[in-house]
Amino acid sequence: MTARTQTGSKVRKGVGESVPRPDGIPKVTGHFAYASDLYAQDMLWGAARRAPVAHAGVTHLDVAPALAMAGVHAVLTYDDLPAKRFQGQIITDQPVLADGTIRYWGEVVAIVAADDPTTAAEAAQAIEVAYEPLDPLTDVDEALARDEVLRKAVSYRGDREVHGEVVVEATYETATQDQAPLGNEAGIAVPDGAGGVDVYGPTQWTHVDHEQLVDCLGLRPEEVRVHPTGLGGAFGAREDLSLQTHLCLLALRTGRPVRMVFGREESFAAHVKRHAARMYYRHEADRAGNLIRVDAKLLLDGGAYSMTSPAVVANAVGFAVGPYRCPNVFVDGYALRTNNPPSGAMRGFGAVQTGFAVESQMDRVAAELGMDPLEFRLKNAIGPGDVLATTGQLITEPLPTREVIESVRAMPLPDDETSTDARELPGGTGLTTPRSAVVRGVGYAVGFKNLAFSEGFDDYAEARITLTPVGLDIHTAAIEVGQGMVTVLEQIARSVTGIEDVRVIFDDTSQIGSAGSTSASRQTQMSGGAVLKAAEKLRDELFEYFGADALSSEGMWRGSQLVASLPEACLDRDFSAHVRHRHQGSEEPDENGQGNLHVDFAVSAHRAVVDVDPVLGLVRVVKIDTAQDVGFALNPMSVIGQIEGGTMQGIGLAVMEELIVDHGIVRNPNFTDYLLPTFLDAPPIEAVLIEQPSSWGPFGAKGFAELPTISSTPAVVAAIRNATGKALTRVPVRPEDIAL
Amino acid sequence: MNVRLIVNGEVLNAEVTTPISLLKVLRDELHLLGTKDACEQGECGSCSVLLDGDLVCSCLVMAADAHDLPVTTVEGIASDGELHPLQQALIDHGGVQCGFCTPGFVVAGADLLERNPSPTSGEIREALSGNLCRCTGYGGIERAIQSLIEVEER
Repeated sequence: MTARTQTGSKVRKGVGESVPRPDGIPKVTGHFAYASDLYAQDMLWGAARRAPVAHAGVTHLDVAPALAMAGVHAVLTYDDLPAKRFQGQIITDQPVLADGTIRYWGEVVAIVAADDPTTAAEAAQAIEVAYEPLDPLTDVDEALARDEVLRKAVSYRGDREVHGEVVVEATYETATQDQAPLGNEAGIAVPDGAGGVDVYGPTQWTHVDHEQLVDCLGLRPEEVRVHPTGLGGAFGAREDLSLQTHLCLLALRTGRPVRMVFGREESFAAHVKRHAARMYYRHEADRAGNLIRVDAKLLLDGGAYSMTSPAVVANAVGFAVGPYRCPNVFVDGYALRTNNPPSGAMRGFGAVQTGFAVESQMDRVAAELGMDPLEFRLKNAIGPGDVLATTGQLITEPLPTREVIESVRAMPLPDDETSTDARELPGGTGLTTPRSAVVRGVGYAVGFKNLAFSEGFDDYAEARITLTPVGLDIHTAAIEVGQGMVTVLEQIARSVTGIEDVRVIFDDTSQIGSAGSTSASRQTQMSGGAVLKAAEKLRDELFEYFGADALSSEGMWRGSQLVASLPEACLDRDFSAHVRHRHQGSEEPDENGQGNLHVDFAVSAHRAVVDVDPVLGLVRVVKIDTAQDVGFALNPMSVIGQIEGGTMQGIGLAVMEELIVDHGIVRNPNFTDYLLPTFLDAPPIEAVLIEQPSSWGPFGAKGFAELPTISSTPAVVAAIRNATGKALTRVPVRPEDIAL
Repeated sequence: MNVRLIVNGEVLNAEVTTPISLLKVLRDELHLLGTKDACEQGECGSCSVLLDGDLVCSCLVMAADAHDLPVTTVEGIASDGELHPLQQALIDHGGVQCGFCTPGFVVAGADLLERNPSPTSGEIREALSGNLCRCTGYGGIERAIQSLIEVEER
């Protein structure tokens, strides 16, 4: 692997190296500050009163008993809201506090600030609330029949009269998945004494939080400052506001800092989920194995409020056919309003749901044709110069669909398992399954998704780099959620400048412009791209000012002569470079969903090997092999970490993760009943990195971190089908789906 | 009541008025924030500590039951400013991402290596199956522990 650098090719810890995280030491010693670790002088504790019902009218609401309690400083309801009463990052349709109607389980009716957490919790429960139950709308087909549509997105391309000889029709479902980041929601709001407020809480995009907070608090933009905090993971759960508005309202009302820390059950109520989906598919092919036509109707359960559903459904439609050539495509996608918990972003963002359905369909069509499922995919795979089946846009950047499939196929399969160690059998140490009862299966799937924002969104990221006496400070509003962006931004700046001592300063919203959301696999290319440009600009300015031709940790060089050390340069004047970096742009869809909707794409492939106990319906994932399209691995260790972690979230959706929502009520809001993969569920994962450099990512890098989640789920299910012969059209696959 | 704990070798006292977990006392009363609160059901291991030498989820231990007993938290794993080898290995092998589960893995992993310096892969995975990680998929954590075993064998 070569570092493609100009001046800084010899710098240590530059791009292409597996540089360890700069925040590693505080994290392993327990000193890293997360949102739940923040305290302030003279602080109050906040608590929320949440509705235990999915749909109801509020017939009685009396906060007097809570206000009468000693140590209670404020109780706020909808009537106390000072300005705009609704929030939402795309459509502002979510009441900041319940507006007289409860539309989902866990909706916040009132908020309290008190001297200590116990008093706050007791006061929240002392509020008198009575409900008149209403029928909850919880089924997506019924929501469509009632026209409860948050957004309809379509892809119509080709000729509706054309049909193929081989037809495969099926309906697929994906259940609600929770991001389940280990860190629960927590935060603190601190009034500034002049009418403004500083808020510290879980976020993936401080500037979009800021816009909503300004409106809902009735303050001027400069009076609200949104600060990033240490986050215990995100995976989409922090894209929408959770407790920030409530914290600010209580802090401004009481004039004191207010802190909230949620437990796990409240966390399940407080953040958006991955959309449950029902997907009706019909694939048609000719006898030669060419995909001729795809019809699909996609119903995504948006829950009670819109959140990011309008963007999620567009993505579901965009990737509904996979990375395959198909001349006739007719997809209707709907994000539907129901009384289930609000859905929003989770890693893969719509492409996970359709990825499961379309890859399942590809296997079925191949079987119907009598073709090898990988040969069928290879025959229809798209790459540069082809068009995207759903939008008609030409693929201009590298897209190694064939390479990821062929790489995974070439990886060695594990030997047949003979071990009788219970840890290596389905059912594990429950000792349910003898080796003789085990059936092995192998399955493949491909993942496909856009990178960065689509549909004409003005997508940019700012970065500012300042020369200091010891090195460089990178200022950014991008969010380090754990993914390792902090390391990659430092590596980029080092490789451009040759200066080794680089640190990242995570600014609040008053210090720098937006970095855009830390999602959509976009920050490596967007904030990474901004850092690349800012570093080049700073370097060129230093060259010009000092007449230098090289830069290093020592300072500016002209030939072999050191012209100025870094401390000397800083004494001379301030050197700083500020960049707003945009990608090449995208178009809004026309009425048929056609156009250059997306900027760029990535593909992945997974092969799963599973052992199944068909009698009890138990599955053990034995081995995962994957090939990933990463452009250029800026930090190979970090890339592997994203692949392994993303793959595990996909395995979770395949075989265990399901938020059970019964008539709108979440029945398993805890880690005893919402099952996450453990160490014993984790198979060995071998990854091949396909490095075809992107024309616009820093040093050729591409975003990719959602892809491992997209292709792992269908690969695992394909492997279970291979072992059992069952159709398995729903994830997670439950024991009864296999055994009964 | 007064609860006296010997935390990382230091005697600390907390005044406790209600039934309260050891985790709550460590975090809210003693402000030892390295021990993390993520599920409060003993499912995730983020609050792992050693209580009188035994690995426990501090969310499941009543503070009163820890009275007069030694407690080792993540803050007590490094000694004299030197990281425990597992702490360094987790950094070097990508065993840390968001880091929220990391204190629990440090305590549980150090305990495993103390009891069994050369665990097999199965033993590692079983011993740490009470600690959830949502970011890494466990690969980096297993490689970190494996790296220490190889060192000891040389």
